[in-house]
Amino acid sequence: MSLALAVLIGVLASVGTYLILHRTLTRIILGLGMLANAVNLMVLAAGGPPAGAPIIGTDGPLGDPVPQALVLTSIVISFGTTAFLLAVAYRSWTIDGNDEVEDDIEDRRIGADDEPPVPG
Amino acid sequence: MTVLLPLAIVVPLGGAAVALLLGRHLPAQRVVAIATGAVTLAIAIGMLVSVDRDGTLTSPLGGWPTPIAINLVADRLAALMLVIGAAMLFAVLLYAQGQRAEDERSPWYTPTYLVLMAGVSAAFLAGDLFNLFVAVEILLMSSYVLITLEGNDAQIRSGTTYVVLNVLESMLLLMAVALVFAATGTLSMAELPARLAALPEGVRTGLNLLLLVAFGLKAAVFPLFSWLPDSYPAAPSPVTAVFAGLLTKIGVYALIRTETLLFPGGQRTLLLVVAGFTMIVGVLGAIAQTDMKRILSFHIVSQIGYMLLGLALGGLAAITATIFFVLHQIPTKTSLFLVEGIVERETGTSTLDRIGGMARRSGPLALLFLLPALSLAGLPPLSGFVGKVGIVEAGFAQDQYVIIGVALLGSLLTLVSMLKIWSGVFWGRTAPDPTDRVGVLRHHPLMSSVTTAVVALGLVIALAAGPIYRFCGRAAAGIVDPSRYTEAVTER
Repeated sequence: MSLALAVLIGVLASVGTYLILHRTLTRIILGLGMLANAVNLMVLAAGGPPAGAPIIGTDGPLGDPVPQALVLTSIVISFGTTAFLLAVAYRSWTIDGNDEVEDDIEDRRIGADDEPPVPG
Repeated sequence: MTVLLPLAIVVPLGGAAVALLLGRHLPAQRVVAIATGAVTLAIAIGMLVSVDRDGTLTSPLGGWPTPIAINLVADRLAALMLVIGAAMLFAVLLYAQGQRAEDERSPWYTPTYLVLMAGVSAAFLAGDLFNLFVAVEILLMSSYVLITLEGNDAQIRSGTTYVVLNVLESMLLLMAVALVFAATGTLSMAELPARLAALPEGVRTGLNLLLLVAFGLKAAVFPLFSWLPDSYPAAPSPVTAVFAGLLTKIGVYALIRTETLLFPGGQRTLLLVVAGFTMIVGVLGAIAQTDMKRILSFHIVSQIGYMLLGLALGGLAAITATIFFVLHQIPTKTSLFLVEGIVERETGTSTLDRIGGMARRSGPLALLFLLPALSLAGLPPLSGFVGKVGIVEAGFAQDQYVIIGVALLGSLLTLVSMLKIWSGVFWGRTAPDPTDRVGVLRHHPLMSSVTTAVVALGLVIALAAGPIYRFCGRAAAGIVDPSRYTEAVTER
C-alpha cells in the first residue's frame, strides 16, 4: 500500500468519525459516506500493490480481481443505505422541521427526573 | 440435494419480486407471501434431513472449482438455524395477517419481509466471509424499511439510531473482511482456519477483535447493546417479534462461527467478562422498565449473555449447550413478543400501569405468556432449563464458579422482571374500560392460534430435548474442530 493511500484512508476515516459524532442527521450521513469511502479504499488496498489487468493470459504481473469485485458490491450497498438515510432525514425534517437525532425515551425520562421542581 | 441451498435464498427473493409486481393487490400479495414462507420452510426442513443423513452440503455458485468458487455451505448448525428461522418467519407472517395493523396495509410490507427471509437464509448458508457480509446487508436493509415503515415520529427517531448504528457495524465488518483478505488472501471459511492459524499472534488478535466488535454490535452484547432496547419497541409487534427472535441470533451465529472456526479459543477471558456483564446489565435494565415491550427487549440482551457464556467456555459440551440454548431462545423470545402483540392489540398500549387483569379476562392468554416466560427464566422442565443446565455443567467442568454464580443470579433476576410483567399485565384490577371483554383469544383467532403454535414449539423442544440435544451435539462436533468443516467443504 502506498503512503498516500494510507494517509487518504486515515484522513477519510477520521473526518467521517468526527462528522458521525454530530447530532444533525445530514452530517452523520456525510460522515458515514466518508467512512464508507475509507473502508472501500481499504478493501482495494487489500488486493496488494497495483498490477496489470486481471485477465489470465496477459503478460506481466496479474492484478487480484477479488478486491475489485468486493469493492463494487460494497459501493452499491453503501449507495443504497445512504439513499435510505437521506429519505429518513427528509422524513424527520417534514415531521419536526429539523433533522436532529433526538434523545431517546430513557434519556428524556432521566433528564425530567433531574429537573428542579417548579416553584409555587 | 445441493440444489436446495441456492433455492432457500432464491425462492424468497423470487416471492418478493412477485409480491412487488402485484403492487397494491394486497390479497394476492398475501397468498404469494404465505406460499413463499411455506416453501422456504419446506426447503429448510428438507435440507436439515439431508444434511443429517449425508453430512455437510456444499453448493459452489457458478460451478467454479472449490478453491475459487463462492460456496454456500449447509452443515448441521446452519441447517438447524435455517429451519428454526424459517419456521419463525413463517409463523410471524401468518400472525401479521391476523393483525392487519397500519403497516400491514402498506404494499411494501410483504416484499420487504420476504427479502428479509432471503437475507436470513443467505446469512446462515454463507460459506464465505464476504457473502456473510452481503447477506447481513440484505437482511439489515429490509429491517431498516420494516422498522420505519409507518414513518411516524417515534419510528423515525428510533429508526435513525438503529440504521446509523447498523451501517457503522457493516463498515466495521467490511473493514474486518478487507483486513482478513489482506492478511490471508482468501475469504472462504473452509480455507481461512488453516491460513489464520499461520498468522503472527498480534495480527490474529487484531482481526479477531475487529470481527468480535462487528458481530457483537449485531448481537447486542455489553457494552454495544444500547441501540436495541431503544429501537425494537418502536416497530409494530410482529416485526419486533422477528427482530427479537432472529436478528440478534444471527449476530450470535456469526460469533459462534468466528470463535470456533476462525479463531478457536481466541478471546475466552474477554468473552467471559463480556458475557457476565451482558447477562446482568441486560436484566437490570429490564427490571427498571415500566413497559412490557421494553422489558422484553432488555431480556433479549441478557439472554445473549448466556449464549456468549457457552461460547466463551468453549469445548464440545459448552458449544452443544449454546446451540441448544439459541435454538430454544428463538421460539421462546418470539412467542413472548407475539403475546405482547395480542395484549397491545386488545388494550391499545404496552405500558404496565395502564393494563391489568388480563388473566381474569383470558386464562389461556396468561398461560401463553407464562410458559415462555418461565422457560426464559430457566425453570424446569421447560426448554430454557435444559439449555442453562448444559451451560452451567460445562462451566463447573472448567471450574468457572464465579461466572456460573453470575449466570444463576441473572436467571433469578429474569424471573423477578417477568413477575413484574405478570403482576402488571395479568394480575391486578381490570381497567374500567367499556371495550373490555372476556375471552381475548376468541377475538383474534389467527393471532392466537399462531402464538399457541409457537409456544407449543417451545414445549416440543423441551419434551424432545433428548434427541434435539444429541443433534446439537453432532452440530457442535462439526464446528469445534475446524479441520472437519474444511474437509467437508473441500472434498466435493
